[in-house]
Amino acid sequence: MIGCKRSRLLHNSRWYSISHLSVQDRIEEKRRAALVGGGQKRIDAQHKRGKLTARERIDLLMDPESFVEYDMFVEHRCADFGMEADHNKYPGDSVVTGQGRINGRLAYVFSQDFTVFGGSLSGAHAQKICKIMDQAMMVGAPVIGLNDSGGARIQEGVESLAGYADIFLRNVMASGVVPQISLIMGPCAGGAVYSPALTDFTFMVKDTSYLFITGPDVVKSVTNEDVTQEELGGARTHTAVSGVAHRAFENDVDALLNLRNFFNFLPLSNKDPAPVTECHDPSDRLVPGLDTLVPFESTKAYDMLDIIHGIVDERDFFEIMPNYAKNIVVGFARMNGRTVGIVGNQPKVASGCLDINSSVKGARFVRFCDAFNIPIITFVDVPGFLPGTAQEYGGIIRHGAKLLFAFAEATVPKITVITRKAYGGAYDVMSSKHLRGDVNYAWPSAEVAVMGAKGAVQIIFRGKENQAEAEAEYVETFANPFPAAVRGFVDDIIQPSTTRKRICRDLEVLASKKQTNPWKKHANIPL
Amino acid sequence: ARLYIVWYRIVSGLSLNISKVCHLSISGVGIVSHVHVKMADEAVCVGPAPTSKSYLNMDAIMDAIRQTGAQAVHPGYGFLSENKEFARRLAAEGVTFIGPDTHAIQAMGDKIESKLIAKAARVNTIPGFDGVVKWRRADECRCVCLLGYPVMIKASAGGGGKGMRIAWSDDETREGFRFSSQEAASSFGDDRLLIEKYIDNPRHIEIQVLADKHGNALWLNERECSIQRRNQKVVEEAPSTFLDPATRRAMGEQAVSLAKAVQYSSAGTVEFLVDSKKNFYFLEMNTRLQVEHPITECITGLDLVQQMIRIAKGYKLQHKQEDIPINGWAIESRVYAEDPYKSFGLPSIGRLSQYEEPVRLSGVRVDSGIQEGSDISIYYDPMISKLVAYGASRADALKKMEAALDNYVIRGVTHNIPLLREIIVHPRFVAGDISTNFLPEVYPDGFKGHPLSAGDRRELLAAAAALHIAAQLRSQRFLGEQRSRRHWELCLELEKSVHMLAVSHSRGTYTVEVDGEKVEVSGEWNLASALLPLSINGSHKVLQCLTRSPAGDISLQYLGTTFKVRVLSVLAASLSKHMPEKLPEDTSSILRSPMPGTVVGVAVKPGDTVAVGQEICVIEAMKMQNSMTAAKTAKVKSVHCKTGETVGEGDLLVELE
Repeated sequence: MIGCKRSRLLHNSRWYSISHLSVQDRIEEKRRAALVGGGQKRIDAQHKRGKLTARERIDLLMDPESFVEYDMFVEHRCADFGMEADHNKYPGDSVVTGQGRINGRLAYVFSQDFTVFGGSLSGAHAQKICKIMDQAMMVGAPVIGLNDSGGARIQEGVESLAGYADIFLRNVMASGVVPQISLIMGPCAGGAVYSPALTDFTFMVKDTSYLFITGPDVVKSVTNEDVTQEELGGARTHTAVSGVAHRAFENDVDALLNLRNFFNFLPLSNKDPAPVTECHDPSDRLVPGLDTLVPFESTKAYDMLDIIHGIVDERDFFEIMPNYAKNIVVGFARMNGRTVGIVGNQPKVASGCLDINSSVKGARFVRFCDAFNIPIITFVDVPGFLPGTAQEYGGIIRHGAKLLFAFAEATVPKITVITRKAYGGAYDVMSSKHLRGDVNYAWPSAEVAVMGAKGAVQIIFRGKENQAEAEAEYVETFANPFPAAVRGFVDDIIQPSTTRKRICRDLEVLASKKQTNPWKKHANIPL
Repeated sequence: ARLYIVWYRIVSGLSLNISKVCHLSISGVGIVSHVHVKMADEAVCVGPAPTSKSYLNMDAIMDAIRQTGAQAVHPGYGFLSENKEFARRLAAEGVTFIGPDTHAIQAMGDKIESKLIAKAARVNTIPGFDGVVKWRRADECRCVCLLGYPVMIKASAGGGGKGMRIAWSDDETREGFRFSSQEAASSFGDDRLLIEKYIDNPRHIEIQVLADKHGNALWLNERECSIQRRNQKVVEEAPSTFLDPATRRAMGEQAVSLAKAVQYSSAGTVEFLVDSKKNFYFLEMNTRLQVEHPITECITGLDLVQQMIRIAKGYKLQHKQEDIPINGWAIESRVYAEDPYKSFGLPSIGRLSQYEEPVRLSGVRVDSGIQEGSDISIYYDPMISKLVAYGASRADALKKMEAALDNYVIRGVTHNIPLLREIIVHPRFVAGDISTNFLPEVYPDGFKGHPLSAGDRRELLAAAAALHIAAQLRSQRFLGEQRSRRHWELCLELEKSVHMLAVSHSRGTYTVEVDGEKVEVSGEWNLASALLPLSINGSHKVLQCLTRSPAGDISLQYLGTTFKVRVLSVLAASLSKHMPEKLPEDTSSILRSPMPGTVVGVAVKPGDTVAVGQEICVIEAMKMQNSMTAAKTAKVKSVHCKTGETVGEGDLLVELE
């Protein structure tokens, strides 16, 4: 990256004669230099782009005066292309790292500084990140990355690439040990994208952040496609089309304040139970609106979010991937103050069927919850897997298996509520009793069957003249919760309005649940 | 013996009200459409949501009556309550119709005939053209020559403001005719119209009458229903501040003589227009129970539904005219699912995600037919409930109404509580200086919500700041961890102005310094509750927090109106100035549906040029037709709606170039 003049930063001091200063003065000098990063001009440019500086971001994210910075004196070690010159050295280099508190709870954070060499990743930069990741894993606290980097420090060559790999390895090692969150607040391109991709959650800032393997210029030269940065890797693309990012926020301030809120849902590590906050919402609150929510006609849609909002504490639901694979809803909420993961089929979108994207979305979320001791509550209204060549050629068998795998291997408390349809293999998949569901409920409107009445009648009563009568018989027999209930596949048939009360009580009981899977090096989830 | 009574569940509470009356000896059978909740002892579904297939489907209703063995029918209000054919078919089946007999319904249901009868009964009437007007140029000329503008066009078969329009010019007359006849056809199945002199600045005061089958009739005092929008009542009260005993008696006696002239039995209402000199003119007679009947019940102590059932059974009236008192004061607010910021109320729809009625307050009665989870659909009137406050004096009743509105929790649909809350505290309303033009006169540029005084502003900001801190403090209280601060500096944005606040906290009380003044806010700070009862500088205020986002956006309902406040730490506020402004969409070239409804006509196609104000399409919602017009002169780029299509609020209808 390009060097920059920095004499203007150090108002009265003469940088070239630094050795004449006392150690104390030099410390102060360096600290002051570190705090202004790439200098006022670059800070102004950053602000002009509608972005905050690395330090401003940390200030907003962390509780006031809680941030403790590490490695403020680290400098890059590159000696080529004139990089060794004093004016090309910045105390702290192009990233700010350290730990602090979010609502009193410990978090490690790195914040890439775009004002220093465009936030490019040097060996030193990578080393700083690795240091806090190692410590975070050791003490058991989440790592938050605020990404704003032009990419590799080209002047450093393979050292920069090695740095990426060091981070990737730690991302992988930390996976399932401490929660890792990436907030993309500027460019993130090339190999750099794989660090956010390895973390648990990737959030983006609308209009000012991009994630792509190669930018529009390279795309044009290779595939001759004309595409803008925003279309190729903007927040809309990744939250609605690719599913790479989990959510997007309006701007830096909005994103950081939301991240603080999101952090409250997470346990600090895999040894920590799901956090419990003070709760003002009575755990035995009835939700009368739910008794009339599911329409009489089984072909009519309703909004699964109405159920979720009604049941969780204070209607507070942090949805993950709200704009991607909308036929499944996943996200975090609290029940009686305790964090839970919610998974629900969304009848409003594609009848709530399971397809490739919704299976993968659901599976990843379930695995996160399981890894971090977050109980999973599943609301089932699923007509089955989506048929068709597009799905089969795309590998719905392989991808659908991921969701099945994730629910089956999860050992956290699992509570399932069948609100209406639970048809076919999708019934099995959606945290059924057979996959070690701890408590499975059916609402009176539940229908657990191999398929809907129309299809079933055509098979069972093939050739029978009175199809309508056959259909009525099938509906009478199967389109209700009894076949599942008499076999004990659901533990109870409950009045919808009592669902919150029941779940809160079950969670209380299941808090001490202990279940382990057989010893293995790791399972072989069908990737 | 069990007497089955059938009624319709109309939009609001009458069915519940009737249940209360009937619960001792009578089993109720409710007739419901698919969308409605079962509230009676027994409910029969008469069809899907559109009214023409359910509540207006006479065959289905007759079937339901046979099936349940109902012996009597209470028709509620609206729908078939004033339908003479329905009354006739009931009579043929030997089922008692709880209401007047067919003859009276017929006589009073037709506005032209009723006027002639009223004249004959020596009731004051409005000068007008007596007879059905079919739209022809000759008629128009004749009307105008006879009366002079303004004129009132109304559906002969109508009521409740439907199919009613005021015209001030030939053009408006023409347009009014078209809409009124369409509306009349769709609401009443009868498109005949009549026209009369429009009395400017009148009050709408009506007299409740009660008559038995033995020729006895009483007047149960008046109801003042002047606060209206688009000729539909919004706030009603009994008695009226305007009537002196002599006028009251004169109106009552005329009403009774009209009832007697048509051998009326059951409860009925004679509506009058009263001008500023206390001259009154007969408007129409409603041969059914009115929506606003509870306020009469409050001040007279009579239960009108019970009286109606007694009368239908053939009993004589229990009371004499001198037994009818005026005890205290009652006020009714009609709570509608509509957006008061758009022409005092355009319908909105949605699912009531949270709903709590202020029934715990003393002197407050809520009649509604909905509950949490109910859908407010485009198929019915958008009324959520009738909220009645009753007190020893008008001031007392108004105070109770204020509290009731503040404690009413409605989430999921836009509602008109902001408007109701403003009306009842407006100095003109408080002084009783009202007319049917109250709303357009008081809010000539449309309703804009509660205007905040400097003191209000301080209170609101202090409450928002305290709430924000209470929520922050709570989010730091994880199990087993306690850390807390006692002092904060916040930056609040309200209605585009920015305030710096200093907040300190001790034991549930927040001391907030706003614009140099200290405001003390204390409360229980239950963040899960929809209501936020606070003590602000010692005075009790109930606010409601509608939303609270992690980014500091809080919407608070304060004095009825919802205000958006952004609460940020001083740091976040100072950094916010670097955030890019997001450009709002240019809306002049885009026509969106202002409310959910059905498209009943599209007047343009792509390529047409439209002028400012030209009609582009017509949306029918809640049985009202609304003309959508062009905001600028331009070519039509694309049309996104079709006749017969259902559209949601904000749906794109037409794009202009």
